[in-house]
Amino acid sequence: MPTTLTERLANPKRFIELSGRLLPWISGLAVGLLVIGLILAFTAPLDYQQGHAAKIMFVHVPSAWLAMFGYMLVAVSSFGLLVFRHPLADVSAKAGAPIGAAFTFLCLLTGSLWGKPMWGAFWVWDPRLSSVLILFLLYLGLIALRSSLDDEALAAKLTAVLSLVGIVILPVIKFSVEWNSLHQPASVMRLGAPTIHASLLWPLLVMAAGMTVLFLALYLKATRNEILRRRVRTLRTLAVAASAGLPGQPAE
Amino acid sequence: MDLGPHIAFILTAYGAAALVITGLVAWLVLDGRRLQRLVHELEARGVRRRSSPSQSR
Repeated sequence: MPTTLTERLANPKRFIELSGRLLPWISGLAVGLLVIGLILAFTAPLDYQQGHAAKIMFVHVPSAWLAMFGYMLVAVSSFGLLVFRHPLADVSAKAGAPIGAAFTFLCLLTGSLWGKPMWGAFWVWDPRLSSVLILFLLYLGLIALRSSLDDEALAAKLTAVLSLVGIVILPVIKFSVEWNSLHQPASVMRLGAPTIHASLLWPLLVMAAGMTVLFLALYLKATRNEILRRRVRTLRTLAVAASAGLPGQPAE
Repeated sequence: MDLGPHIAFILTAYGAAALVITGLVAWLVLDGRRLQRLVHELEARGVRRRSSPSQSR
């Protein structure tokens, strides 16, 4: 009998049951936090230098954090596949990639919309911006590599290797602001106290919490979908095998 | 609400965020329904996995 949470979740059927019960609550929590976060964001005092344009921060910064969190999730799942052969590791890696890519796209887009009024340009080949663009291209590479291979097991292994190699981009993004960058340095996640005033920090933290819970809800749903997709494939294989009078393949 | 001279940039940023998130939610919900329907259709045709309860009992 499975005893630990990881062992219990290793069973796709059990994961579907548990995530089905959790998903409505997590989705509701995400909506609630985002509504409160938006109210706080739009009623927060103006930034003394950037004025109203700093409101973009409340969606840009959480997107940036989640872009990196999403990649970490994909990389850890890939590690789980390659090292521990966890049954849900590849499902998790596959489910996380498009969501991480979407948040990275949002980070780039909102950053660009913030950069134009503040820097005078939508885009500069700055170390921070360029490294986040590389992260976005890595996500697209993972999705493209997986979809280009018919052999599912081979695709899983190759994308896992690529995602682990690509993890080097995360410290590059983190420390890129120290390398002659136009982008401002970290003001929340840094050694020492945050340099952002509490009146702007709290709305940012609530928005970040809301977007993180939303990310988790989307990731749970995507994982459920991927389990169902594999179940459909297994059932179709069994149907074909049965119609041809062959013994069926093992289940997922 | 006064959003100053950069209102277009602010509204575009939030609009894009809403659009991307709505798109993700719609894609996942519709994909989930389609897959669930396929599972039901296959099971209704009598196709069962070895691990499914109806066969393991």
